[in-house]
Amino acid sequence: MSNAKDVTEATFQTDVLDASKPVIVDFWAEWCGPCRQLGPILDQIAEEHADKIDVVKVNVDENQGIAAKYGITSIPAVYVFKNGEHVATSIGAKPKPVLEKEFAEYL
Amino acid sequence: MKRKGTTPVASVQNDEIRDVIIVGSGPAGYTSAIYTARANLSPLVIAGSVTAGGELMNTTDVENFPGFPEGIMGPDLMDNLQKQAERFGAEILFDDVTNVDLSGDIKKVTINDGTVYNAYSVIISTGSAYRELGLADEKRLSGKGVSWCATCDGFFFRDQQIAVVGGGDSAMEEALFLTKFASKVFVVHRRSELRASKIMADRALAHEKIEFVWDSEVVGIDGDPKVTGLRVKNRHTNDETTLDVTGVFVAIGNDPRTDLIKDQLELTPEGTIAVDGRSSQTSLKGVFAAGDVIDSKYRQAITAAGSGCAAAIDVEHYLADLKTPAQAAN
Repeated sequence: MSNAKDVTEATFQTDVLDASKPVIVDFWAEWCGPCRQLGPILDQIAEEHADKIDVVKVNVDENQGIAAKYGITSIPAVYVFKNGEHVATSIGAKPKPVLEKEFAEYL
Repeated sequence: MKRKGTTPVASVQNDEIRDVIIVGSGPAGYTSAIYTARANLSPLVIAGSVTAGGELMNTTDVENFPGFPEGIMGPDLMDNLQKQAERFGAEILFDDVTNVDLSGDIKKVTINDGTVYNAYSVIISTGSAYRELGLADEKRLSGKGVSWCATCDGFFFRDQQIAVVGGGDSAMEEALFLTKFASKVFVVHRRSELRASKIMADRALAHEKIEFVWDSEVVGIDGDPKVTGLRVKNRHTNDETTLDVTGVFVAIGNDPRTDLIKDQLELTPEGTIAVDGRSSQTSLKGVFAAGDVIDSKYRQAITAAGSGCAAAIDVEHYLADLKTPAQAAN
């Protein structure tokens, strides 16, 4: 998992939906091997694109309501939110250049 | 899996020539790292940014790796192999190889950021990748009910009906694992008997939550935006039925991952890298291969590890010959 800030059901509105910058949300869980692989990559993206986006993470086990609301059935699931809207999705652990390409519009 | 902090490196052409570079970090890659490290060859393992640890990273209990009477979790086993390789001085890079040039005496391996590493020898242990059904529905519904990772995604199908496609050990393992969550698990298999090992097959066949759908192939996946059914066709009667499922887990096998090298090394008709007899010697000198990428038959963690060991010993002999001052000609 990444070092990104944990977002919960209590803070999702403020940290994601009301954020001024686009936000990359990493839906993850303890038991998910590929989530562990993806974490350090999202950390790098967070660091290199800090001026453009925020990166946060949601533990789906502890926040099942959010996971259900956004129809998560596969993790790692990486969603981009902009102005409160879900605008892009990437499923699975992917190398950094692949993610950067998929999310190019927001980086 | 623990990683060292990654520092972005500028694109550089390294002048240093290493003894050996290992591409891949499953049981084959890490075993060859342990052996070459112990032979003082200071291996560089390019482990992959998201594939590090290989296929076992997506499994739970590994019950057939010798030495673990109670079994061991796949990720823990790979963590141990990594630590063991590091203990003897292997350098591990969590990055992806984008290009290799294997033709000359000095092999060149390029990673994502453009850095080129040179070595006298290379071990290719890139493993295999999940095979897809090849249906448009599969892509469309990937992450929306279609999954390749039961351990990751089983949780989301609590008290729902799901299907596993496949008849091998991986399919049985997934089906059995998914019974912890699902109310019912259909196993859809093309044949009337399983390829899986007896112990795994018996467990699955005896499980009350698992129902087998024999002699059937998947023709489509229904649902928009999420999976609502799996359409299967009986291969003998051509009857089509729809299974009422919200999840589809695909476990129909793997294909050797040869994209990097397929234009440079000879492949077998099965698509694996061709090696000389029981050795790891590929069609190019100084290039060795190990693990699932050379094995279309056994494909076990322990056979991959054994094959990684063989590759390391082959490398050791190759380098010893290379570094022996050339016998004077004539």
